[in-house]
Amino acid sequence: MSSNLTELLAQLPALLGGHLLLSASALLTGILFSIPLGLAASGSRRLSSTVLAAAGVIQTIPGLALLALMVAALGGTIGFMPAYLALALYSVLPVLRNTVTGIAGVDPTVIEAADGVGMTKWQRMMQVELPLAAPVIIAGIRTSTVWVVGTATLSTPVGAPSLGNYIFAGLQTRNTLSVVFGCVFAALLAIALDQLVRLAENAVRHRNKSRGLLAIIGLALLIGGGLMPLVFKHHSQSNFPGAPLAGMEITIGAKTFTEQYILAEALAEDLVNNGAKVNRLDNLGSAVLFDALAADEVDLYVDYAGTLWTTILKRSEPAVQAQMLAEVTDHLSSNFGIGIVGRLGFENAYAFAMGRISANRLGIESIGELANQPTALTIGGDPEFFARPEWSRVRDIYGLEALGTRGMDSTFMYGAVRDGAVDVITAYTTDGRIDAFDLVVLDDPKQAFPSYDAILLVSPQLTGNTAFTSVLGKWIGTIDTALMREANGQVDLDGATPKQAAAFLRARIDAAR
Amino acid sequence: MLSLTNVSKSYDDRDPVVDQVSFAANVGELVVILGESGSGKTTTLKMINRLIAPSSGVIRVNGQDTSTVDPVILRRSIGYVFQGVGLFPHMNVAQNIGITPSLLGWTSNRIAHTVDRLLELVRLNPADYRLRMPFELSGGQQQRVGFARALAAEPSILLLDEPFGALDLITRYEVRHDFQKLQEELGLTAIMVSHDVTEALLLADRVIVMRNGRVLRDATPDDLVADPGDPYVARLIEMPRAQARFVEALAP
Ligand SMILES: Nc1ncnc2c1ncn2[C@@H]1O[C@H](COP(=O)(O)OP(=O)(O)OP(=O)(O)O)[C@@H](O)[C@H]1O
Ligand SMILES: [Mg+2]
Repeated sequence: MSSNLTELLAQLPALLGGHLLLSASALLTGILFSIPLGLAASGSRRLSSTVLAAAGVIQTIPGLALLALMVAALGGTIGFMPAYLALALYSVLPVLRNTVTGIAGVDPTVIEAADGVGMTKWQRMMQVELPLAAPVIIAGIRTSTVWVVGTATLSTPVGAPSLGNYIFAGLQTRNTLSVVFGCVFAALLAIALDQLVRLAENAVRHRNKSRGLLAIIGLALLIGGGLMPLVFKHHSQSNFPGAPLAGMEITIGAKTFTEQYILAEALAEDLVNNGAKVNRLDNLGSAVLFDALAADEVDLYVDYAGTLWTTILKRSEPAVQAQMLAEVTDHLSSNFGIGIVGRLGFENAYAFAMGRISANRLGIESIGELANQPTALTIGGDPEFFARPEWSRVRDIYGLEALGTRGMDSTFMYGAVRDGAVDVITAYTTDGRIDAFDLVVLDDPKQAFPSYDAILLVSPQLTGNTAFTSVLGKWIGTIDTALMREANGQVDLDGATPKQAAAFLRARIDAAR
Repeated sequence: MLSLTNVSKSYDDRDPVVDQVSFAANVGELVVILGESGSGKTTTLKMINRLIAPSSGVIRVNGQDTSTVDPVILRRSIGYVFQGVGLFPHMNVAQNIGITPSLLGWTSNRIAHTVDRLLELVRLNPADYRLRMPFELSGGQQQRVGFARALAAEPSILLLDEPFGALDLITRYEVRHDFQKLQEELGLTAIMVSHDVTEALLLADRVIVMRNGRVLRDATPDDLVADPGDPYVARLIEMPRAQARFVEALAP
């Protein structure tokens, strides 16, 4: 537990800094955009209602979807930019709405007096309307602040480091402390920023210079402090100046589950030992991660042949392992310039799993027997799975139309099937909980699921770098399914951190050599 | 100096609220517009500094057609006292009074000096009142600040919409007296709207009686009393006397 806490604290400066930089710059942009827009629109009732309606539509897009849309809109760029743009858009509505209503709420006799004393439209806006609407506008800014700081936790899957990393990783690795850690710091940050805005408002309202100074100092400290770890960017430094990868800077990506964290951690340690500087981008969505690799924003990650076969090659028929790997390699190389170093050795397939007792009771051994049950069964799984071509294929091949589906985070589904909340789950074959929870994997006689060999993908810019690929080459064929399942189980069942599991993995690989 | 010729105002396609109004004020004259509620007094006043654009007719200030002048420049040269006072709630007394001078780019020294002089003029102790916010003033004090604000940029024309409305009778008498002295001293041309017949007869060089947007009479107080010329005007003029007789009858 205490090593867990130390590990969490070690990440805090970078994650808090990233979160703060992201929220503060998005907010500032949103405010600088919304207030003038609100002022311009407030002149005309029709314009203001149009603008408000547009901002309202943006607000109805769920935060995560807006972030993902930004990645797509920027042609696969991940990291700060898409998150910043999405959050800036998100911050617009409250400020815009309050600017329009604040200006509309200014007493018309005061407006007339402003005209009467000889103010131009601009002077009236700056000297009368804006100051009188300020409390309402600032209330909007405070709402935006809290929204943006909260929503920024969702920027983790698009590759912008934030306090959301604690939440996403904690959720996947059953590390409650990590989830709580992320939530508490996000809340503290929201409260701190909100209070600073309030202090600034007070200072303006009461023309109190010392309070204003305090607010400015507070903001400067908060933002300056947040930027420190980013300015003095902390890379894992090489201890071996003459090492094969000395001087290289490599970004390793990971998807949103335990196995990916462990592998990314293990690979990162190996690359550092070989002299490289390594950046980590955990918790990226599958599609986001692939696009980022193609765009050279990520240099290395582990993907699965079957996943690429269906989502990138858009193939629906199964293929034998070797043929599939050959075709995937060829396709990725000629269409994206992405290199495949090779197979790690294990396969992390989708498989249907049931509790042993209920499987026996219902007499189910293979997937086809799930259909035609007297009462329709319910299948639980990652929402991503039910949107994937694999699901429609399995469903069509075995006639599973009658099954009810229930989307849930993959980390919860093993417990759900054990406790009978669902009848079947779409398990991952390397998950340690299959053994631990006494689940049975159903046979797939018609080979509806393709094979999911874990493979190392390398970005176009590093494909030709032989120093790099030869370091990675030592990983080929080193991890079998049993070993991977054991490492995963340490995290998912025994409460180890991914770092500890990675150390275990590397020790076992070294021992085997 | 200031003249209105056949000035009308109508909203949409409704009957005009100001209908073919013509009158003039010579330099240094005080003209009082008298009339019942809704008769078009405020509308007429606002058309003079173009807070409201006339639908038709010509308004001249110093011989110049106001429709050819930038309204912002025009308004800075005309003092306006609003019916509802209309002080800026977020500015203190000094800032309210100094607003037009600051728009005209006066030095802050000159503005501060003017503010203090005007506060004394409207009988508010500068040291006490300079930094107060409008909500810290009584209705009558607000009205006096509004009055000072209208005078601040040393206009040659003053438009006043019931400037003494919120004052008690005695203060009203004093402030009115001050105003009359000031107006004569500065040689201000003033158009003042009032409900109060006695006030109109006491102060005005000429009285304009309006009803339903039209001018019923345009005369000196003496002529008006000697010959109302219209049954409505006659009744209006009779009101103060009737009231006086009533008060008289109460006396032992
Ligand atoms: N913006 C407007 N649109 C339509 N009608 C208006 C508008 N402003 C004023 N009016 C109408 O014009 C008429 C004259 O209004 P005005 O304010 O000039 O009256 P007034 O003589 O100043 O009255 P009071 O003594 O009550 O202040 C009223 O009947 C009023 O309802
Ligand atoms: Mg009026």
